[in-house]
Amino acid sequence: MKNRFHFKIGGLAGEGIMVTGAIFSKFAVRSGYNVMDFAEYPSLIRGGHNTFYGTISNEEVFSTYHQIDLLIALNQETVKFHKQELNSGAGIIYDPDEFSQEAIRGIRLFPIPLLRLAEQAGHKLMANTVALGAMVYLTAGKLEILNSVLKDIFADKKEEVIKGNFKAAKLGFDFSQDKFTPLGQLLKMRHSGVKMVIAGNEAIALGAIAAGLKFAAIYPMTPISSILTYLAAHEREAGIVLRQPEDEIAGINMAVGASFAGVRSLVATSGGGFALMSETLSLAGITETPVVVVFGQRAGPATGIPTWTAQEDLLYALTAAQGEYPRIILAPADAEECFHQTAEAFNLAEVYQTPVIVLVDKFVCEAHQSLKEFDLGKVRIDRGKIGKSRTVFPRYQLAIDGISPRAFPAKGVVVKANSDEHDEYGLSDESVKNRKAQVEKRMKKVATLVRKVPALNLYGPRKANLTIVGCGSTKGPILEAISGLSVQNPKLKVNFLHLNWLRPFPADVVSETLKRAEKILLIENNYQGQLGQWLRMQTGIEIKDRLLKYDGRQFYPEEITTKIKQII
Amino acid sequence: MTVKDYETGVTPNWCPGCGNFGLWQALKQAVAELGLDPGEIVIVAGIGCHGHINNFTQVSSFEGLHGRPIPLATGIKSANHDLKVIVSTGDGDCLGEGGNHFIHASRRNHDITVLIHNNASYSLTTGQSSPTSPAGYKSKSTPYGKTEEALNPLALALSAGATFVSRGFVGDVPHLTDLMKAAIQHPGFAVVDILQPCVVFNKEFTFEYYRQRVYKLERTSTERSLALKEVLARNDKIGLGIFYQSKEPSYEEKVQLTKQKALVNQPLKNYNWRKLSNEFY
Repeated sequence: MKNRFHFKIGGLAGEGIMVTGAIFSKFAVRSGYNVMDFAEYPSLIRGGHNTFYGTISNEEVFSTYHQIDLLIALNQETVKFHKQELNSGAGIIYDPDEFSQEAIRGIRLFPIPLLRLAEQAGHKLMANTVALGAMVYLTAGKLEILNSVLKDIFADKKEEVIKGNFKAAKLGFDFSQDKFTPLGQLLKMRHSGVKMVIAGNEAIALGAIAAGLKFAAIYPMTPISSILTYLAAHEREAGIVLRQPEDEIAGINMAVGASFAGVRSLVATSGGGFALMSETLSLAGITETPVVVVFGQRAGPATGIPTWTAQEDLLYALTAAQGEYPRIILAPADAEECFHQTAEAFNLAEVYQTPVIVLVDKFVCEAHQSLKEFDLGKVRIDRGKIGKSRTVFPRYQLAIDGISPRAFPAKGVVVKANSDEHDEYGLSDESVKNRKAQVEKRMKKVATLVRKVPALNLYGPRKANLTIVGCGSTKGPILEAISGLSVQNPKLKVNFLHLNWLRPFPADVVSETLKRAEKILLIENNYQGQLGQWLRMQTGIEIKDRLLKYDGRQFYPEEITTKIKQII
Repeated sequence: MTVKDYETGVTPNWCPGCGNFGLWQALKQAVAELGLDPGEIVIVAGIGCHGHINNFTQVSSFEGLHGRPIPLATGIKSANHDLKVIVSTGDGDCLGEGGNHFIHASRRNHDITVLIHNNASYSLTTGQSSPTSPAGYKSKSTPYGKTEEALNPLALALSAGATFVSRGFVGDVPHLTDLMKAAIQHPGFAVVDILQPCVVFNKEFTFEYYRQRVYKLERTSTERSLALKEVLARNDKIGLGIFYQSKEPSYEEKVQLTKQKALVNQPLKNYNWRKLSNEFY
């Protein structure tokens, strides 16, 4: 019996596909299921081909798939583009007044006059809601649960809009009930229906706020723009000052300034913006100013394919900027990790007084997952060594662990930060003795930190026929592939070494784990196998078997399953 | 407070006769007369001969990257608007590398003071031409004469929206001191273009050259377009004083959250979790 249900909505940009998809995801969650969803869109505002797709399950689900059980085709080319993904027995909802669809073997067609019914309900703009009603019927769902979602989504709209949408949904539901039988029953509910549906970007924003974020300066760039949007909409409730800078260089300099003056600060960007910010990372490094930088990777180089995902900037993020200074790079792989690791990033930045990069990618940023709630109790705040006020503060005082006490400029407290090499009081100093002392002081922080890198995540049995290695958005598809295989082939033991701390690199633990492995498979979203290269640099271990994808799409569990079977 | 209270004791390494000495004297004098606490003053400098000012001046400071003191300064101000934030920047630092930031900070009317150490030269890198060197100017990078015309920093500041636009000259320290005081006290974005001869690399714009051309402005305009006209006037004279000043709400005044208390003094946990997470359910 199938325990994963895959739906996909396709059409032109500007048709409200994302909102419609989001409503259905919420409907699924309130019905007691778990969901993962994702939107694909080209870099334009109207036209093109947009899709929203999701996977629903009674079990925990970690990734979307590359197959469809119910396709909602708002235009003809949607069918053309996604025909190959349809499972046997899948269904297609479409408007026969818009286009005619010939029969497809093994596929159920659901012709529903969406526009006509929408007009009946009050306005043709509600065609999508009609489709939602149909989707609810076809998945044997409850209309009142859909209505509860509609009520919340349209809460700030006029009464007649909400009523109109209720009517539209009912018309779609009733029409389908009249003409068709459901596709199948989704498996029995598993949870109470009270779960969040949230993407990595918003989870990052929440993690930052929970950690005491006070200042953010974000320039819009796919795929992190929704961090800016969310923070802007919630400045008040979050207690933050948010600025949209003139460029990314300004943004990160503002954040460094704000941090120097004493508040936790954040910036977020993608590859091009990160390139602009890189000199300032170096500034934060030498001035020992905390700052958290969210780097959402997308497919490059340069402008690349702006709205598509990749993990091509791994080595770049790991080594960016001139000079040597403590570099900390975390790589959360899903919304849950985004929340907790972002919160922790602020502690690391302030304790080690250095920039921290939170490295994600478009799939992590924008895919939504259902989860219970974020445990605020797990968020701890550590502002590191704050020194006693002194008239002239020795900001860069030599220390055994490399960490000098910090102070903020204030009445009676002179604090100097300096991008030049400097002495303990922040005055420029080029002498040999001082230079060596300050370099060693800064780099000592790495030695201090390395001992504190948390234990790695190894998913699956300790002993396995195959150990998969990956980071970031490959985690979800890998877990899905492994769980699917364990049902199909219980004899096959596969485990997954998930790297979400990239620098400093937990070399000892990784070496030890990989030396025990029978076979190893590296999976990443780039051409050069950058994670593999980094791993080899840190441990000396070269992973021969690699599954690399660089077409702008995230991994699908199906292709991982195929590769695993090939190897073992 | 006296001038000595604002000195680190490190002997300035500017060349003998450098215009920066006059500028530095005026700055120390200005903050002493205003009675400002050294910790509460933050001088944010870029990179150039001007940048070294932080090594000699006993105030809080941040020497940042070339061209980037302005955004750094506005970030500091956002975090703690009780601090008196003064940007020390050069003509190359401010108008070349950092031009974009100068324009936008002017527009936003941040309550900071920008002192442009304008010597029309990139002196620290041993003498290339800069955005304010004139056409024909001979330098290491323009040995046959600079092609393009000089940028007019005050015209740029005025058209970008700065609310205090002025010029001073290091050859008249008392006048410059008063100008700096007015700029620091101005509750908005204050620009002071400071003519500063570079005795080693700029053989054209010498003290003598300036002395023959400077004149004191008779009055300050409150009409932006008139001030712009004055600043763009093509004659051999160079006006000193406040060309334009207006009273408009600064950026910081408009931020609701920090109206009562500086951001840095607000509690770390200052959020409404229910309102923040509600939309995800």
